[in-house]
Amino acid sequence: MKKYRCSVCGYIYDPENGDPDNGVEPGTDFEDLPDDWSCPICGASKDQFEPAE
Amino acid sequence: MQVYEIKKDIYWVGAVDWLVRDFHGYSTYRGSTYNAYLMLGEKNVLFDTVKHNLCSDLVHRIRTVIDPEKIDYIVVNHVEMDHTGSLPAIVEMVKPEKIICSKMGHKNLLAHFHKPDWPYHIIENNETIPVGNRSIQFMETRMLHWPDSMFSYIPEEKLLISQDGFGQHLGTSERFDDEVDLSELMYQAKKYYANILYLYSPQVRKLLQHVADIGLEVDMIAPDHGVIWRTHVDRILKAYQDWSNHRAANKALVVYDTMWHSTEMMAKAIADGIESTGTSMQLLDLSVNHRSDVMTEVLDAKGVCMGCPTLNNGLLPRMAGFLMYMKGLRPARKLGAAFGSFGWSGEAVKHMNKAMEDMKFDLIHDGIKIKYVPTHDDLKVCRDLGVLMGQKVQEAVKEQQ
Repeated sequence: MKKYRCSVCGYIYDPENGDPDNGVEPGTDFEDLPDDWSCPICGASKDQFEPAE
Repeated sequence: MQVYEIKKDIYWVGAVDWLVRDFHGYSTYRGSTYNAYLMLGEKNVLFDTVKHNLCSDLVHRIRTVIDPEKIDYIVVNHVEMDHTGSLPAIVEMVKPEKIICSKMGHKNLLAHFHKPDWPYHIIENNETIPVGNRSIQFMETRMLHWPDSMFSYIPEEKLLISQDGFGQHLGTSERFDDEVDLSELMYQAKKYYANILYLYSPQVRKLLQHVADIGLEVDMIAPDHGVIWRTHVDRILKAYQDWSNHRAANKALVVYDTMWHSTEMMAKAIADGIESTGTSMQLLDLSVNHRSDVMTEVLDAKGVCMGCPTLNNGLLPRMAGFLMYMKGLRPARKLGAAFGSFGWSGEAVKHMNKAMEDMKFDLIHDGIKIKYVPTHDDLKVCRDLGVLMGQKVQEAVKEQQ
């Protein structure tokens, strides 16, 4: 499962951890996040994320 | 101690830091201020506090206006220590009914002070809280410049308390923009933008657009550093428009460090070439120009020539440090070129080119490497690069108009 990095603040979305604070279960692929999901740190929208190396 | 009533029953109760000269690597030759504001009403509200070592100034000023225990709410617009360092002592003294912060503010306050029992009141973005005959509207401004950052707007007073936004590191006994030298003020505001907010220019643009869309009426902007904007509000808003849209002047920089003056000779030849085209030029040796002053010039320059000799297959540490610093601040839409002398391997130009490519600079040249000491003809090549830079800058600046 691929990690994604927020281009605004540098937060890494790790599918293994999900984003439980905002109702995203561990094991959720980035692609499967709802369209209105936003960066839990800075609020950047999903399209501002890039695949992390 | 002197307090200042900035609007009816709203007081500046902050502290002037006459001593600070280095703000985590940002040079503050004019010191700074940590602004806190006290609004009296049915509920007495304190907006932000000051750096830890100046807590007694804050307390003294609050006492000049009211007994600190009469404060009901403390608003934390920004969690950074220069505004919250005094918060634990103030909370202890005031015993506030509410500590108002954003969701990220709450998280970050817990991570700073480890006080789960404080009376947090987490507000939603754009939530309004009534305080007697006035109200406070909170606007989250995440990443301007921390995740917890927010503005407090008092619509009845057209007053925007903007935490670090529109701030300046300028320590003065004056409190307002029309009481200080305007060119000094605008320079300090520019330096603040270039060194603190530059990388968040897309968020600044979005915020300015949002403020325009909702027709927010502002006749006073009270930041957490420096003087309060009341006469030149339009001017600082226009400057933020320009800076966040990367509007550049017809201006190029030659930024360099040198070992035995060879790279310096190249720098001066390039500088001469730029000057000959009529483009404004600044020759900035990193051994005498502080990185934060250089960044201030980068903000509105269109072209940047970077020069450094090769040391141990790499860069001189001052240039390496400057490139790291500049990269973090994400300058955009610049033209670049690298140059430097070398002895036997000559990797410096490659490293500078790579750094500029990472910052998406448009490289106008492959870079110039000169072995040991430049000849007259070598310097002619450098001068030609300067001429090319000057011309390219003029073309690019014309295009943006």
